[in-house]
Amino acid sequence: MAILYDTEQSLRERAAKCIEDDFKHQAIQTAQETFYQKRKALVEEEPDWQGLRTTAMDIRDHVAKNLDYYVKQFAENASNHGVNVHFASTGTQALWEALDIFENHGAFKAVKSKSMMTEEIGLNHVLEEAGVEVIETDCAENILQTAGDMPSHIVVPALHHTRDDIAELYRKKCGYDGDNVPEHITHFLREMLRPEFLSAQVGIRGCNLAVAETGSVTLVTNEGNGRMVDTYPPVQVVFVGIDRIVPTLESLDIFMALLPKSAVGSKMTAYFSVDTGARRDGELDGPAEVHYIIMDNGRHKLLDTEFEPMMRCVRCGACLNICPVYRHISGHGYGSIYPGPMGIVLTPELVGYGDANAKAMTFACTLCGACSEHCPVRIPIHDLVRDHRIEIVDTGKNNKVEVPIFKAMQAMWSSSPLYMALMRLGRPVMNILTRGGSSLDERSAWIPVLGSWTSSRDFDVIAPYRFRTWLAEHNAARAEECKREDGGQDQKGGA
Amino acid sequence: MKVAFFPGCMVDMFYPEIGIAAVNVLERLGCSVEMPEEQVCCGQGLLNSGYAKETIPVAKNILDAYDLDQYETIVSLTGSCMNAIINDYPTVLDDVEYLHKVERIRPRMFEFTDFIVNQLHTTDVGASFHHKVTYHKSCHVTRFLGIEEAPLQLLKAVEGLEYIEMVHAERCCGFGGTFSFKEPEISAEIVKEKCETIIETGADVVCGADVPCLMNIKGALARLRTQGAVDRDIRVMHIAQILDARE
Repeated sequence: MAILYDTEQSLRERAAKCIEDDFKHQAIQTAQETFYQKRKALVEEEPDWQGLRTTAMDIRDHVAKNLDYYVKQFAENASNHGVNVHFASTGTQALWEALDIFENHGAFKAVKSKSMMTEEIGLNHVLEEAGVEVIETDCAENILQTAGDMPSHIVVPALHHTRDDIAELYRKKCGYDGDNVPEHITHFLREMLRPEFLSAQVGIRGCNLAVAETGSVTLVTNEGNGRMVDTYPPVQVVFVGIDRIVPTLESLDIFMALLPKSAVGSKMTAYFSVDTGARRDGELDGPAEVHYIIMDNGRHKLLDTEFEPMMRCVRCGACLNICPVYRHISGHGYGSIYPGPMGIVLTPELVGYGDANAKAMTFACTLCGACSEHCPVRIPIHDLVRDHRIEIVDTGKNNKVEVPIFKAMQAMWSSSPLYMALMRLGRPVMNILTRGGSSLDERSAWIPVLGSWTSSRDFDVIAPYRFRTWLAEHNAARAEECKREDGGQDQKGGA
Repeated sequence: MKVAFFPGCMVDMFYPEIGIAAVNVLERLGCSVEMPEEQVCCGQGLLNSGYAKETIPVAKNILDAYDLDQYETIVSLTGSCMNAIINDYPTVLDDVEYLHKVERIRPRMFEFTDFIVNQLHTTDVGASFHHKVTYHKSCHVTRFLGIEEAPLQLLKAVEGLEYIEMVHAERCCGFGGTFSFKEPEISAEIVKEKCETIIETGADVVCGADVPCLMNIKGALARLRTQGAVDRDIRVMHIAQILDARE
């Protein structure tokens, strides 16, 4: 399974490593801050940002509700423009379709622009096994490929690398002999990649959004490598998720108003390509042969469930950029190619709760709701995270050890007399544990459950008296006072 | 005005002094405060952990406790619990009678600061507090209930109070209910950063309108103080305590 890439460590172990990694930690925090400020400035200057979000949400919901219609329309229009359309209900089927294309052309080299769908199905690995050289041409993806590393963000996957380690990486692996100035490194990459673009037989790419009315696929990029991938190689293979479709070019406009701002805090990206079909007679560039592999890979399971709003997701990463948990554990903490809030919702849907890591992800969230507020298509992300937790309990996949604790809470919190009885019992226990103090300090880290809190912060214990008792006495005293005053007035009146 | 009070169980269990301060303020503003003794907890800790079925009896207990024929106004001292009642209960309850009760409660339930500013139309409650104060804009009060101005208006009207906004005041404190027990390392990291932003303001008091966040921040600041990571005592207070203060 290529969605969850680390099956050896637990989420907690990975998170601890990320927290300890001061450099990675700082890099993510700085990046989040930059995205936050840039996005905020653009959103404030947009006259009707909230209205745009609502329109985008409505469009995406409409497509999800009529998905069969739009998939068919998209595929037919693409076919009419000379595209070879393949349908794959699973990742494995998509891989077979891709392998067939390579085999039919005897292709042994492919250039690739960044694509989450291909990450999801582990395409690079399979092609390499089949003897195909796959070259990632997106700068960040090339860094990861060269380093043998995994993405830590869905939009900026090498966020956790510095210019120093990138320069060192290319020195060691690719013969770079320059300094750590980004322009110098990218210039080196440009020279290194140019011959690859020219010699590759196949270009592999994803698709940010697909337009049903024209059968077009789009690429939103900043580096120009995407345009090289989709124009130079004679054969092009486009991976399109069934959840990428928008109805019309006009509706695409709405998403382009939201996507770059939400993703990287830019008004627009340096490149935006809308590609329709293969090269026509008389045209000078573009691939002679185009294949779309339209993939489901578990997405249809979201339809008609509480998770259907996730079909709106445009993969902008805005939720990662605002998440307080992502901020500290980075994408690597989650161990999924889809990390952060959107990843918590999507990953278990795609791989199921049977996977311990997918299940653990749903608890790596404070439910603070910042993600939902920032989502350009109004996905109630934090509600869906909680829905996962509810479904985990409902389907009996919860940790059975915790059940008695929650059952006890249920009993205590639904009965005032029981609650008061337990408070009376709890107070002396707390007195012993605190040695007469008002809070538990680090010496209490051994206490099961509570210790996980007190190992890093103090825990105030049950107060010596209940507020409700005070209020009852207070109101009784007030009533008494009123009575006395009334009585006094009566006496005065009588006198 | 007679108001029913919903303090949230953490006030009842851990911080009765916060409840007392709120009652003092409300009484000073002409309210009489009552609290049905059957009410205990809103149950969001269960719900947010995925125990929806177990939440139902807890929710019903709360909804039964407040006699809506008797109370036209309910004041909540904790934003997150109020949010659970008015916004989360409809997602777990399966019983029309109780769903109807939620619909009846929603328009008459007010968060403490919102109630004072927008129902009692008061911003100066007569408090004096000669300290530098910063305010944690908790997720539930700010983002979920949409109450942003009221607490600041109240604070700024307090005599002698110098308000200093912390950076990213609206960022989560890292409590997250059972999250702080299930993922303590991440939670600790988030609250540590929250504390750093509080310390940076130079304030000697941090306040908020959500009790769970305050418990988290208080615990973390106390530990940082013991470890010598902060060189001064920073008091953690509920906004009600500041509004009740004369210092």
